[in-house]
Amino acid sequence: MVEKIHIKDKDVIVPGTLLAEGLEYLPSGKAFRDGENIYSSTVGLISVKGRVIKVIPLAGKYAPKRGDVIIAKINGFGKFGWTCEIESPYKIDLNVGEISMNYVDLKNSKLADYFKISDYVFGEILDISESGYISLTAKRMPYRKLVGGNVIKVSPVKIPRIIGKQGSMIKILKDSSNCEILVGQNGLVWIKGNAENEAKVANAIKLIEQESHHSGLTEKVKAMLEGK
Amino acid sequence: MGGVGGPEKLIVNGKRLDGRKLNEMREMEIKVGVIPNADGSAMVTLGETKVICAVYGPKEVLPRRNLDSEKAFLNCVYGMASFSTSERNRPGPSRRSTEISKVIADALAPAIFMEKYAGLEITVIMEIINANAGTRTAAINAASVALADAGIEMRDLVCSVASGKADGQLMLDLFEPEDNFGEVDMPLAILPNTKQITLLQMDGMLTKAEAKKLIEMSMKACEQIYELQKKALKEKYGSEKESE
Repeated sequence: MVEKIHIKDKDVIVPGTLLAEGLEYLPSGKAFRDGENIYSSTVGLISVKGRVIKVIPLAGKYAPKRGDVIIAKINGFGKFGWTCEIESPYKIDLNVGEISMNYVDLKNSKLADYFKISDYVFGEILDISESGYISLTAKRMPYRKLVGGNVIKVSPVKIPRIIGKQGSMIKILKDSSNCEILVGQNGLVWIKGNAENEAKVANAIKLIEQESHHSGLTEKVKAMLEGK
Repeated sequence: MGGVGGPEKLIVNGKRLDGRKLNEMREMEIKVGVIPNADGSAMVTLGETKVICAVYGPKEVLPRRNLDSEKAFLNCVYGMASFSTSERNRPGPSRRSTEISKVIADALAPAIFMEKYAGLEITVIMEIINANAGTRTAAINAASVALADAGIEMRDLVCSVASGKADGQLMLDLFEPEDNFGEVDMPLAILPNTKQITLLQMDGMLTKAEAKKLIEMSMKACEQIYELQKKALKEKYGSEKESE
C-alpha cells in the first residue's frame, strides 16, 4: 500500500481535502479517516507532527470539552443549582455543590443569594455525560463569580490569538491597562478596570480578532494601548 | 419546456444566444462571508443568476417537534425575492419553493456529519436575488460554501450544475431562454471526491446515451466549480497562514 502525504505543515485546507493516504498516518483534530485515506472536515490549518496530521479549525462554534476553562452566564434556576449559557448550542448546569469548598446551606439561604440571572461565572467543565448533560465547576481557585467588569464576545477560534504564544498577548493587555482580564475558551472575555481602560482593552481585543492574520499585530496592539 | 413565443433558434452558427459554446459554463463568482451576522454565508453569481446564502447554527432546535436525537435537523429554506423575476414574484413559501427546499436539504445532507450534531439544528437560508435559470444549483453551491464558512463538519463540499438539451443539442448550464424554450433541463449535484450524486432531477425526454453524456458533461463542470469553491474559501481563510 502507498503511504503518501498530500499537504504541508501550515497549509490552509477546505472540507473534503485529501490530506494523506495509507494507514501510517493518524487523523487528529478535525481530520477524519475514510477507508485508508485521511480527509479534513472543516476549513482549517494543518499541523503535521510525525505521523499525526491535525486540522485546527478556523471557523465554527464552541464545542464543550471536559476540562475547558470557560465563562458562563446564569440564565435560570433549578432546584439545586443553575442553568447557564455558554455561547454554544449546548446548555450547561452549575450545581450548588460546585460553587464553594464550604457547605452551602440551602435551609438558611436561597440560590439567589449566590447567583442571580445574568451573573457571570468563571469555571471549568467538570463532565459531559453520554446523554449530553454538561456540568460546570467553580469550586477551586481561580474559579469564581465575576463581580463587576464587562464581558465581550469574540469568535472562539480566535482565543489562542488573544492569549498569544505563552500568554504574550494577554500579558501586554494586562500590563499596559491595569485591567483584570479573564479569557474563556468559549469566546467570552471578562475585563475589569476603570471604564476608560476597559474600553481600551475591548477595542484592542476587537483589533486582534479582526487582524489576527496580519504580521506585526503585537506592535500594533502595544501602540494602540499606550498611544491613546 | 417548449413554450410559445420564444426565439426561433437557440443555437446560431454553433454558438448559443449569449455567445457561449455548448459545453461552456456562465462566469461564476463566489464570495464568502457576505453576511457578518450569520455564522457562515456566501454569495454565488452565475451569469445573471445571483443567490445569497446564510447559515445559522448548530443551534437549539425550534420548534422542539423537529428535534432528532440521532442526527441534526437540517432546515433549508429556498426563497425567491419578489424582485428576482421579470414579473413580480409573490413573496413567501410556495409549492415550488417548498419542493426545492426539500431537494436541496437532501442534496446537502450526505455531505454533512449529521450525527455529530445530534439534537441540534442547522439552518440554511438561500435567497435568490436575481433569477436567470439554474437557481437551485447556484443555491446548492452557495450553501455548501456557507456551511464550510460556518465551520460545520463536512465530508466534502457539494458542487452542482444544470445541463440540458435545446435545439436538439446537449448543452451545459442553461440560461433563461434555453430553460424556457429548450427540451430538457437536468440539475445535478455531486460530492466531488467520491463523485456520488446527491441531486438528479430532469424534465423532458432524453435517450439513455444522451442522459449518460449529459451527466458526464455536468460532472466535468462540477470539477471546475469545486476549484472555484476552494479558491473562494482559501481567499477568506488563506491569510491566517502567516501568523500561526
